[in-house]
Amino acid sequence: MEHVKTDIVIVGAGGAGLRAAIAIAQANPEIDVSLISKVYPMRSHTCAAEGGAAGVKRADDSLEMHFNDTVSGGDWLCDQDVVDYFVQQAPLELIQLEHWGCPWSRDEDGSVAVRPFGGMKKKRTWYAADKSGFHILHTLFQTSMQFPSIKRYDEFFCLDLVHENGRCTGVVALEMRSGKFFHFEAAAVILATGGAGRIFPFTTNGAIKTGDGMAMAYRAGVALKDMEFVQYHPTGLPGTGILLTEGCRGEGGVLVNRHGYRYLQDYGMGPETPIGEPVLKTMELGPRDRLSQAFWHEQKKGNTVETQWGDCILMDMRHLGEKRINERLPLVRELATSYVGVDPVKDPVPVRPVVHYMMGGIDTNIDGETSMAGLYAIGETACGSLNGANRLGSNSLTELLVFGKRAAQRAIEYIAADADSQGGAGSRSQAETAVKKVRELLQRQTGDESLAGLRREMMNSLEEGAGIYREAAGLEKTCRTLAELKGRFSNIVVHDKSNVFNTDLQQALELQNMLDISETVSASALAREESRGAHQRLDFPGRDDENCLRHSLCWRQEGEQPSMAWLDVNITRSHPGVRDYSGETQA
Amino acid sequence: MSRRPYIRPVSRTAWYMTHVRYKSYMLRELTCVLVAVYCVLILSGLAALASGTQTRWDEFLASQQHLAWILFHGFALVFFTVYQSIAWFGLAPKAMPLQMGDRTVPGGLIVAAHYMLWLVLSAALFWIAGVI
Amino acid sequence: MSNRVLQLEIMRYDPEQDAEPAYRTYSVPCQEDWAILDALNYIKENLDTTLSYRWSCHMMVCGSCGMMVNGEPSLTCKVFVRDLPDRVRIEPLANFPIERDLVVVLDDVMEKMQRAQLHIIRSGEAKDPSSEHEQSPAALKKFKQYTMCINCMACYAACPQYALDPEFIGPAVLALAHRYNLDSRDQGRAQRLNLLADHDGAWNCSFVGACSEVCPKQVDPAAAIQQMKIEASVEWLKQNLLPGMPS
Repeated sequence: MEHVKTDIVIVGAGGAGLRAAIAIAQANPEIDVSLISKVYPMRSHTCAAEGGAAGVKRADDSLEMHFNDTVSGGDWLCDQDVVDYFVQQAPLELIQLEHWGCPWSRDEDGSVAVRPFGGMKKKRTWYAADKSGFHILHTLFQTSMQFPSIKRYDEFFCLDLVHENGRCTGVVALEMRSGKFFHFEAAAVILATGGAGRIFPFTTNGAIKTGDGMAMAYRAGVALKDMEFVQYHPTGLPGTGILLTEGCRGEGGVLVNRHGYRYLQDYGMGPETPIGEPVLKTMELGPRDRLSQAFWHEQKKGNTVETQWGDCILMDMRHLGEKRINERLPLVRELATSYVGVDPVKDPVPVRPVVHYMMGGIDTNIDGETSMAGLYAIGETACGSLNGANRLGSNSLTELLVFGKRAAQRAIEYIAADADSQGGAGSRSQAETAVKKVRELLQRQTGDESLAGLRREMMNSLEEGAGIYREAAGLEKTCRTLAELKGRFSNIVVHDKSNVFNTDLQQALELQNMLDISETVSASALAREESRGAHQRLDFPGRDDENCLRHSLCWRQEGEQPSMAWLDVNITRSHPGVRDYSGETQA
Repeated sequence: MSRRPYIRPVSRTAWYMTHVRYKSYMLRELTCVLVAVYCVLILSGLAALASGTQTRWDEFLASQQHLAWILFHGFALVFFTVYQSIAWFGLAPKAMPLQMGDRTVPGGLIVAAHYMLWLVLSAALFWIAGVI
Repeated sequence: MSNRVLQLEIMRYDPEQDAEPAYRTYSVPCQEDWAILDALNYIKENLDTTLSYRWSCHMMVCGSCGMMVNGEPSLTCKVFVRDLPDRVRIEPLANFPIERDLVVVLDDVMEKMQRAQLHIIRSGEAKDPSSEHEQSPAALKKFKQYTMCINCMACYAACPQYALDPEFIGPAVLALAHRYNLDSRDQGRAQRLNLLADHDGAWNCSFVGACSEVCPKQVDPAAAIQQMKIEASVEWLKQNLLPGMPS
């Protein structure tokens, strides 16, 4: 095993990880940063985000409004100190990106343009055509290359955290190209590995979103928070699950059922707004949870369109015209044409809700600190909680920047205060154990389970029991199935025995991580007996602020369901009210 | 732990045979041979002129009326003048994109401008030479 | 949905077992809306879990899945089964060393990206952190196209110059450098040109143009390089014949 002594390890080189790395390099170039990622940084899933990043910009907007939109959008499960800090820092971080060269779309006068987005009272979403995440990621990556203190370890798969006496002392990783194991000994570790959408069968998420960092923290005894809150994005392409940005609706696209009727008005988001003139925070610009839930109801009523990929509704953008679509939504046009054979300039596009984002994640505070000293988490991996029970579109790209920087600053303070925080013999033997487990998995010769088969069963079980609408019996069944699948994992054989770029082994390790994460989703969903935001219970249809205005926490228990506890939400000034997305009351 | 990256050999002499786009690139580049021939031709014509004697010049002109040279000039006209010019004019908008405000000048206009200039210059040459 | 059975002839290579790469053929029942990447995933899930390749987003934006499909550098999530014949040959990206199966070693280009100063360079006082630079839509349009590179490296696989001379800095890196040269917020054009308009850089390009033909994002790196040659020439003239002129 190779040993690397470093100051700060960052796992994951997407938007959050890169932002943290740059923050450390700028604050103190003497600090050795090891940026470890299982893919090259430009492959990180940040690149797939399309719509934009929110930050107050216009004179008629205010931090207070952004705060209120976010808190009510999150169904009051957001920690309000986190939201306050977020809305304050958002514009500054987006301007910083602009200074680093991000090609934000512009108004005629040369200032950065903002577009309307779901659940937002004012236009405040900064965008770069419909490839905002792509441009943000590449801007950060290209900017990061000028700092020699950032050492990159590309295509290193992190296996486990190493910790001693309640403090994190590093990570163990597998170098994909050689099969060598590396023990990174660090004073602090920042996890930025993204969400775990791949546990579901229909998702916008790419292959790499397997919740590795969440699983590592979970296995190390750190709690995962609010895992029941899984966001379904209302407009994904059927079949592939490819994302069609909320920006489509921001530009004026409308959603209709098979009768050509704009059904959202039946679900508290009316009255119907004129076509092509969207009114913020109503109809198609309502929040994602409400829109996805409306689909589910329409499907039950038989109002959805049958396609070769299953039931869909239609997103009509024809009235935007070719020029506007080519200018603002060129990627969307290409995706719809290529993957479902529909040109949005000419025809309405079939779409359906697909899993997109996890509001839940590693339990952190406003500084990105976890319950383990020296361990931090940022981005989709973490749950601060900024997004509460439902995330507003375009808040998460900004979240990467704001908390990427803040956690980095906190980590710098931590390692300065604690010079003697390197691990010792305990860490080394832990690392050896982690490696031994992987070697055993690789060398196992007998077993009759198929990796792809187990994975598919896991996905189907979650979709069936823990989808848009849930109820106790379905969730209990899913919990049992997942436990059984975890057991059957020990009968998997990794057929590829090579040390060189073994993706069979990688997928097996990712499945292990996903099985760990899945059980937290179903267990937390079962435990939360109310409907709030993206978590909807048919058997508990209302929001229960008296008993359930709190975060769920779960800890791993070997061979058993996770143990659960509850954590109060930090409410400073906004108390639970009605989430009103109807046009009548929007002044 | 045995990485052994494998480097696929590339033929230095036949790499262009793998795809039609490389073959047409080589064809375009081969026109440089014609350029070289014309250089030699013009230099020998100049030398004939510079010799001062009428016979040398007449000999030079007579040589150009040989069938072989006529065929060569015909071939060069098609391959060099027409094919190469079309190829290079077509690529001109890539090397010199023109943007007025936030609209790009269509590449076709830039190409057309090249042809216009070619026409004008050719006409001027023919006029000087007394052909028109 | 109708199924069509395709024969996928795939180049395999495990350095621990094989002296050199060899082809293996798989019969894959393909759905009509599949991309060829879906066929690869089918093989890995059902026929042969040892097949190694890179992929992630499946929406033409992460750049992971670049491979040769019937001899053409392509994004396998962008090539559709409906556009392919019954026999499909899949190989790792040309002009890169093969690590394993369809995975190539990208170190060379990554290192060139690191060297090329691909970031905003400002001289003088730092900009006020509370306000953005003004940039008109026209100014944005000037360099927008060159920001679209997803680093898939298909251009390097198509470039015969890179095939014959691996020192060549190459299309994507030069196009990205040109992106920064054209960005109105950047002030590092002169130093970037000094670095990149040299015999290994822009001047090593003979305008074959294959890079632009295969680019899945229409970045047109060939155009970028020719423009860089012109810029570099003008810059040289300014520096050597008119010293003292601002660059």
